[in-house]
Formats: sequence, structure tokens, C-alpha cells
Amino acid sequence: MSSETALAGQRTRGLAPFLRSQMRNIAPFLTLIFLSAFFAFASPSFATLDNLGNILTQVSVTGIIAVGLTFVILCAEIDLSIASIANVTGIAVAYFTLQESYVNIANIPLPGAVAIILSILLCALLGLVNALGLTVIGIPSFIMTLAMMQIAAGISALLVRGQIAYKVPSLITTLGSGSVSGIPWIVIVAAIMLLGGHLVLTYTRFGRYVYMVGGNREAADYAGLNVKLILGAVMVISAVCSGIGGMLGVAHFGSAQQNEFDTYLLDSIAAVVVGGTSLFGGRGGIGNTIVGLFVLGVLNNGLDHVNIDSFLKILIRGLILLAALVINVYAQRLREKTAE
Amino acid sequence: MPELRSPILELQGITKSFGGVEALRGVDFALYPGEIHGLVGENGAGKSTLMKIIAGVHTEFSGRFLIDGAETHFRSARDAHAAGIAMVHQELSVAPDLTVAENVFLGNQPTNALGLVQWRRMAREAGEQLARFGIDVDPMSRLGDLPIGLQQLIEIARVLFSGARIVILDEPTSALSPPEVERLFATLRRLREEGTSIVFISHFIEDILHVSDTVTVFRNGRKVAEAASSATTKGALIEAMIGRGGEALEHSYTDDLMLPQPSASQVVLKVDQLSLSRSLKDISFEARAGEVLGIYGFMGCGQQELSRILFGKLKPDAGTLAVEGKPKTFASTAAARRAGVALVPESRRDMLFHQEPVYKNISISILDRISALLLKPAQERDIAKRQVEQLQIRPPVVGLDLGMLSGGNQQKVALAKWLTYPPKLLVLCEPTRGMDVGAKNDVINIVRDLRAKGLAIIVLSTEPETVLSLADRILVLKRGAMVREFKNEPVSKDRLLEAA
Repeated sequence: MSSETALAGQRTRGLAPFLRSQMRNIAPFLTLIFLSAFFAFASPSFATLDNLGNILTQVSVTGIIAVGLTFVILCAEIDLSIASIANVTGIAVAYFTLQESYVNIANIPLPGAVAIILSILLCALLGLVNALGLTVIGIPSFIMTLAMMQIAAGISALLVRGQIAYKVPSLITTLGSGSVSGIPWIVIVAAIMLLGGHLVLTYTRFGRYVYMVGGNREAADYAGLNVKLILGAVMVISAVCSGIGGMLGVAHFGSAQQNEFDTYLLDSIAAVVVGGTSLFGGRGGIGNTIVGLFVLGVLNNGLDHVNIDSFLKILIRGLILLAALVINVYAQRLREKTAE
Repeated sequence: MPELRSPILELQGITKSFGGVEALRGVDFALYPGEIHGLVGENGAGKSTLMKIIAGVHTEFSGRFLIDGAETHFRSARDAHAAGIAMVHQELSVAPDLTVAENVFLGNQPTNALGLVQWRRMAREAGEQLARFGIDVDPMSRLGDLPIGLQQLIEIARVLFSGARIVILDEPTSALSPPEVERLFATLRRLREEGTSIVFISHFIEDILHVSDTVTVFRNGRKVAEAASSATTKGALIEAMIGRGGEALEHSYTDDLMLPQPSASQVVLKVDQLSLSRSLKDISFEARAGEVLGIYGFMGCGQQELSRILFGKLKPDAGTLAVEGKPKTFASTAAARRAGVALVPESRRDMLFHQEPVYKNISISILDRISALLLKPAQERDIAKRQVEQLQIRPPVVGLDLGMLSGGNQQKVALAKWLTYPPKLLVLCEPTRGMDVGAKNDVINIVRDLRAKGLAIIVLSTEPETVLSLADRILVLKRGAMVREFKNEPVSKDRLLEAA
């Protein structure tokens, strides 16, 4: 045994380094507890079972979209087209459904199952375009998905032409706005997708590759991984999750129209990042995203309960997001220091 | 004769240590006006450390530092610059996205009364300066679009014409073609006539003898020889660099080592007429099963590029690769891995996941062999444990984050990830760089075991010891070209250095 190896063995891990390395998981959780306690104290109507149901329903669409986005951010990429793809997929599924006679859209009514399949193919195709732009041409994901955001919005505009559609296939109506023994289907779908995302990331080979590519892309390449394939796959996963979120969202809101999902871009990114998934890739996961979803959900819902200036709400959300970003970057630095 | 004048720069008894390791021990050094002073020595002999002290990069040291006979202490590189000292570092430090003119005037752009950059004047003056250097390029073209050698010349030109009295050049010729080297030397001589003092560090001893007035040899942090270039020979300098008698701990490879009969086993890799812009020229060779092929050359000789081509990271401009007789073009590293090629690059940062546990680092390249869809962490850990035991990785805890391991052990982990399902061809870049003797021996033994198992192994290194300790056959690369093959004949460090 050589002299330099002896030294490394003596380095042991204490509690402090452990806590430092877990900062990104602990901080969002403390934020959630703090916010919940604050609103429970400030408003008697907040901490009720009914309201918990409200919060769950309110975060469901964001949750479905955030599953795919978590994959993307774990790879140290970004997808800005999620809300637009959700919108165009929701509009597409309505476009392929027979509308009431007063809806003035020249649409193509098809059987429900076909409409759903075509819509999913559409969002997958848009995701594939993102993937090809990122991996084959080499456009940074930030710019590529910015273009896709506009393209998807453009397709949406062409499909509805300023009109509003209301009907979607019955399966989508049920999943988006129905409930089973008191639990909204949309919450169940979101829970299943989050669970599925977690299982894929934690227990499959592909999930491991996502973490490794995000942790050190160069090393992943030197290990002989097909980095481009993995990056392409996460872009498609993100688009399909967005599409599902969009279809259920349309059913949930009861209408399909232009710019319906605009707020979901920021909300989804915020949920992933507030939860503690590293913007530099390789750290975090669906567990973090769930905590992030609850932080945002509690915040949005709680601010309604405490009778606050609704314009101030926007500012407060922005400040919370900024705080989360600071913690995110800081936690990364702490971890790097501990690892050295 | 310059010796009759008083030195412009004088160092007395300089000692410098890094964390308890002495890089320089009591070194005296004098530089005279209008002198070209060559420095030679092996990697880590202390040349660069001394130059960084002169250039104000290292400010903590003991000993006396005199400029024009007055004792001075630089607190930063800026102080050194103000005193008229400029340095061209070994690594290219240019701004590839700026124009040639901007690079020539980096940090020193001519401005008018309003503080606006005078583009026309800058372009004209940059063009004039470069023309004096024999470089004919459009000063307004983007620097990054030029070949590497030209970029290096432009960086040198910037420093040479910055008006400095003392110019330090650290390995300036590694990326230059022979005519470019000649042009550089002509410029150096002209500057010498104008009174500039130049320190010239190079591994190319012929270059040193060709251009410098005085040569100083470093070994293990000491100055071991100083002579007028006209009064010494390449052989004498190499002898002084290596030191007869050798060091107690390590085999010094000063004596001839007999290389074995070339292997007649199956050809695993055949490389034919490989070329890559200015880095590689018509490289052809074969690597055979059960044989270690060493590829030796100085920094910048094209080794790194060659290894990247073999693993699908770089695409050659011309030439073919064949693995076991089948022609291959590696579109990606994944394709190279599937074809049975493995690479351990020289940089630990690039090849490992520092924030992930050891076992994930070891299993990453073989996950597709042990799991179709679902991960099998228990199996991964078992495989990792076997490798950790076999390679004696310390501490033997596979769940520990890789970043907690020492450098030598990280290097072993990088090797370990290829060993569970051995590849057909293993390419190792600088496999023992920065390791202590114990770890080095461990690696040497691992490589010998793998050779016995019938792998074809290519070891690329800029350290002659590494190649000599491992290789059965040795190729020497010089400025991107294959200049010598050693096989079934005696070889030594002297002979390798002589060839390179």
C-alpha cells in the first residue's frame, strides 16, 4: 500500500459534512414546513382536509409537466417549450374531437382513442425536433426550446384561430375533471406519473445514465455512453409529459384556447428548482420535485387565504424563486467543497 | 561577450516548496542583456517553477532576487510586467473569438482621447509587427480560425513585441512546423541584437543548442550544469538531465533495456495513414494481442489527439482504422466501446464522476452487460468490490464518493471500470502520472496482468520511464509524425530522448 493511499483512508465523514451535502434536500423541506406552519397560523381555513385536496388538485398539471422537466434539468439542460407543447397538445386533442355547433373551428373530428394517440404523437414529434436540434445540430437547449416555444404556440394559433374549443375525448374528460370516490383523477394521474418518473430515475439503467450524464458529461462520454441518445431521450420525455399535462389540463379547465398554459412554464421550472434539483445537473430527483410542487402549491393557495394584495402575490413568488436559486447554487458549491 | 557585462537578472539561492515538497533547492541563475539562455530538464525538474518565480506568478520563496543589481520582490505578475518581464506559458492562452489584432494588443489596445479603440491603427500596427515576424495574416480575421501553430506564433509575437526586456518562452515550439521554428529563431536572434534577454525552455535539445548562447540543466530542483552552447553536446546535456547512477527508489532506465521479439499474435488494431490537420501526419501502426505498444513523445507531439481518435472522440481528416481486420469509423465513443476499445485519458477530472460513489464509477461502462432494464445494485457492488480488492484501491469502501479518494486511487478506479469485461484494446494515456512509487508499481503490475490475458494495450506518455517500464515495442512521435520504432533492440532513456 502506498503512502498517498493511507492518507485518504483517514478522512472520515462527520455529521457536519453530511448535513452540508444534504443541504439541497433539507432546505426545501424546511421551507415547506415553515410556509405550512405560517399559513396554518395566519388563516383558520388553510389547514383543513378540504384545502389539502384543493392544493393537490392545483399542483397536478404542474406536477405532470414537471416529471419530464426533472429529467431534463438532471441532465443540466433546460426545456422552455413545455408550456407551449402542453398548450398545443391540449388544443390538438380538442381539434380532433367533435365540437358543439356554435364552436367556429374547422376541425377534424376523429374517434377519441385516435385523437389521443395523434395528440401524443404530436408532442412526441415536437420533443424529437428539440432533441435533434440539441444533439445533431448542437443548438443549446435554452435557445432550441425557445424556438420550439414559438413554433408550438404558432401551431396552436393556427389550429384554433382565436376561437375556444370545449370538447375533448371522454377518457380525457374523466381523467382531467372526474373523480373516483372523492379523489380527483387528475391527482391520481399526477401521482402515478411522479411515481413512474421516480422509479425510472432510481431503478433503471436509463435513470442512472441520466444522473451520470448530468454529473459529468465529459466523463460519461469517456465511459462510452451514448450521451446524445440520452439527451435526446430526455427532451422527448419532457415533451410527452407536457403533452399529457396539456390534455388533462384542457379537460380540467373545461376549454382549449391559445395561451392557456403560459404560467405553467415558470411554475414547472420553479417546482423542480425550488425542490433542490441542481441546475448544474446530476443531483436531485422526483422526490425533490414533489417537495417543490408542494412549496409552490402551499404558497399559491396560502396567499389566497390570507387576504393579501393579489398583485403582491406575484412579487412574493418571484422572491421565493430567487431564494431557491440562491440556495441551489450555494448547495452545489458546498457539496463540491465537501467532495474535494 | 555577454559574461563581461553585469547581469540584468540575478537569482541567488532560490528555494521553493509546495506543501513540504521542494521544487527548487538553492538555485542560482543569472541572465545577461542580449543573451538567449536555454533551460533543459525533465518534467518536474524545476524549470517552470523558476520561470514562474521570475514572472511573478509564484511570490513565496526564499533566496535573493536582483534586477539590474537591485534587490526586488514581486508581489504579482503585474509587478513583473512593470519591470519589463514577459512570459509565454506552455498552454496556449489566446482569445480565439477575438481578431488577430485584438490578440496582439490584448489588454493594451490603442485608444483615442475618448477612450475608443482605434481599430485601424491597431490593425495596421498588428500587421506590421506580424510581418516582421514573417507572419502574413489578415489582422482582422478571427484568431480561432487559424491553425494552432499560427495561433502560438501570434501569442509569442505579442509577448516578443510587448517591449519587455526579459522574455521567457516555455516550450514555444511544440506545435510549430520546422519552417515556423526557423522563423521564430530568426526573430529571437534579431531581438537579441536589440538587447532583449530571452529565456528559452524546450524539450527539443537540438533547438536549444541551435539558438541559445548558454544552456542550464535542471534535475530534481537543482541546477546541475551550465555551459556555453558551443561547448556542449546533446549527449552531454541528456546525461546531465538524467543523472548517471540513478535514483535509489526507482529504476532510472539509464541503461539499455532489451525489447523482446515483436509479437506475431493477432493484429487487434491497424491504423493506416491517419492524419489530423496539423496534429498528426500519416500515422500508421499495428497493435497486437498480448502486447504493450508504447508511444512516446514530448508534450504536444500529437499523442493526445491520437488517443482521442482511437476512442471516437475526434474524427481524423484522413486515414483508416481497422479492429480485428474490420474497417471501423467511430462515430461516437459508444461505437468505439462496442467495438471493444477502451480509453483511460490523462485527466482525472474528465474521466470520473467525483460526486458519485466508487461503485457507480466502476460499473458505468458495463451497466449494459449486467442489466437490461433494471439496475442490480448488489451485483454492481460485488463487481466493484472485486475490482477494488484486485487493484488494492484504498480505502476499500465502494460506497464512498470518489472525490474522497486520493489521486492515485482515482486513477485506479478509472482503470477498474474497463476490467470486469476486458476490452480488446486498452488505450492508456499517462497511466502513472502524478503517482507515488507504490501506486506506480501497482499500475505496472495491472497492465502486465492484462497483457498476459491477451489484451492489446497502447500506452501513450510524455514520460520515458512510463513507456520503458511497460512497453514491448515503442513508437516515437515527433511533431505529429512517427519518427522511430524501437523493437527487438536495446533502448534506454537516452535513446528515446535522442529520437524524439
